[in-house]
Amino acid sequence: MSKVQIINGNETAAMGAKLCRVQVIAAYPITPQSKIPETLVKYVESGELAAEFIRVESEHSALTVCISASTVGARVFTATAANGLAYMHEQLHWAAGARLPIVMALANRGLGAPWTIFNDMQDSISQRDTGWMQVYCRDNQEIMDSIIMAYKICEQLHVPMMVCFDGFVLSHTVMPVEIPDQKQVDAFLPSYVPHLQVDGPEPININPVMLADPRANAQGVSCPSYMGFRMRLQETLESAGDVILNVGREFGEVFGRSYECLLWKYRTEGADTILLTMGSLANEASLAVDALREKGWKAGVVALRVFRPFPAATLRQALSKAKHVVIFDKNISYGNEGATCTETKAALFEGGLRPTITNYIVGLGGKNVAAADLEAATIKSVEQKGQVSTPQWIGVAV
Amino acid sequence: MVGDLTEEKVINVTWHGRGGQGAVTAAMILAEAAYLDGYQGVTAAPFFGVERRGAPITATTRFSRKPIRTLSPTAQADVVVVLDERLLQTVDVLGGLKPDGLLILNSSSGPEKFCTDMDIAVATSDANSIAKEVGLVVAGTVLINTSLLGAFSKASCLVQMESLEKAIGENFSKQAAKVNIQGARLTYEATRINRDWQLS
Amino acid sequence: MASKKDQFISACATLAKGEAGNTGEWRAKRPIIDLSKCTPCKKQKDTCYLCWLYCPDGTVKRGIPIEIDLQYCKGCGVCAQVCPTKAIRMEVEEQFVLSECVIQEEVE
Repeated sequence: MSKVQIINGNETAAMGAKLCRVQVIAAYPITPQSKIPETLVKYVESGELAAEFIRVESEHSALTVCISASTVGARVFTATAANGLAYMHEQLHWAAGARLPIVMALANRGLGAPWTIFNDMQDSISQRDTGWMQVYCRDNQEIMDSIIMAYKICEQLHVPMMVCFDGFVLSHTVMPVEIPDQKQVDAFLPSYVPHLQVDGPEPININPVMLADPRANAQGVSCPSYMGFRMRLQETLESAGDVILNVGREFGEVFGRSYECLLWKYRTEGADTILLTMGSLANEASLAVDALREKGWKAGVVALRVFRPFPAATLRQALSKAKHVVIFDKNISYGNEGATCTETKAALFEGGLRPTITNYIVGLGGKNVAAADLEAATIKSVEQKGQVSTPQWIGVAV
Repeated sequence: MVGDLTEEKVINVTWHGRGGQGAVTAAMILAEAAYLDGYQGVTAAPFFGVERRGAPITATTRFSRKPIRTLSPTAQADVVVVLDERLLQTVDVLGGLKPDGLLILNSSSGPEKFCTDMDIAVATSDANSIAKEVGLVVAGTVLINTSLLGAFSKASCLVQMESLEKAIGENFSKQAAKVNIQGARLTYEATRINRDWQLS
Repeated sequence: MASKKDQFISACATLAKGEAGNTGEWRAKRPIIDLSKCTPCKKQKDTCYLCWLYCPDGTVKRGIPIEIDLQYCKGCGVCAQVCPTKAIRMEVEEQFVLSECVIQEEVE
């Protein structure tokens, strides 16, 4: 039987991993994620979870352990944030290139310097080109559900995934979370079968140097070149949207909460003004939209639940009636603009859509973003017909 | 239970205490109790940051008949609970309380002592003495956080004692729960309020 | 779309002779085995075979005596390094006839 518990995002992530019966965990504590490894260690020590918790001296090693364990067929889990994720950078590419279905919980936190322990999305956005899938959670329930779905999606596609949620804002806030029944999770999630058997009857050497052109192996079979493997990763991510939708629908059939969507939408019917964002900020944006609707505005929220693969076609569809798109980014590509802004513009280009677009950089290093801020920014950008030079910063009083 | 079940009003509670006093735990137990009481939306969070023993800290609890959509810090709370009355001198406690809000204090003095020229209601309870009396002392520290939940229930009428006791029970071992519940009950009884208070 | 049917989800190489091409052409030095020192030969039983284990190109065939496939032996000399009885020495390639593919025995 499922039951509701009032728990924070970190406890939710740990519990989600436990329900997925992960077999190897390697994680290094970092604020605001520390409670995840702490909770998992307790599960392992008490015997509640039959897993190896491997203590490591750094995040780079944590992911390396996960890569090794996943290669030989273990279901693995890790969690990190901010500089810890940055330290994993090299191995992030490796995990995706080796096509390992590693699931990572990421409590989004800003990067130093200067030091911050607080929330923004610069950490995960900086890793968007590593080949990992990325989903962003709106609340703790989504953390639980996304982790369970992540294993099913990743093990089908042989691609790793980051389940991202706002540090402190969700990691440290308790709220009701329905904890799925273990038997239902077991039935939903088949056991992991690796795509290679390294030490089988015919041992293999994995990920050797690849040349620029295909080569014939000892059996005379033509094997892909480096680019051939990289193209396969891209093709898989291009097709991942359908897998994510299917798994989301199946999840709904079993657990009653469907995730057959790549975007989260709120009051978008007839909306000509769209507030576009990601993660927990979508909740605050929904309050802003309620206030704008009160004032007679036709406003709605679109939040990217899945950021990689980027749901360009779905987003284009969702924005097809919009005259104004106001994009709130908790990250910035310095010298340009927020990442979701750039990606949204690119998605709209293909459909020839030309709404006004204003990009606001918000919430860096834990700066609070209230519904009133989002509302005022929307009004300002629409009144100025998108002629506001972008990106604009909210909440910086020098 | 108070209030219309369909109402979306969010009730904001801010807790002021010192690191180690258990304000965060109290905030979270209150959220659990509110959920058991039928509030669909509940959240609780520490003030995000680094916690240090003895330093002033705050925590928040929110509850509503509908799921809660804001995760921003509370600007002005409906109810403020203060675990250490000395904090009134160092922290702008009243600045974070609505003009017609409810202030609940752990104090051996009566509410009159704290009545201001503002329109707020004030409730006090000597949780310190009660916690000592029931044996809520660990390593010389008197633990008053759960006891004050009794004062919250009595003064605000927003969450029933029955739900609070159940929530306390779920957070402690059997023996510890018994003592904590006893502390909350006695504090409930001992709570005095300067006037009847109702959520605006 | 890549699926489990795609045998090339990620890169790998089998531990097989010739996996890296006709590597015998690279050889500058040739392994010469002194069978009077080679452990399996001396003991007349399947043992040791460290050269087989360490050969990066899988060119050593276990047996009594062992055989090295010179079409793929690139002359790296790992076998000579790991041989516990120093039964293998590396000699300059030019002195041998290249058409000879399999060397079975050469007693000093």
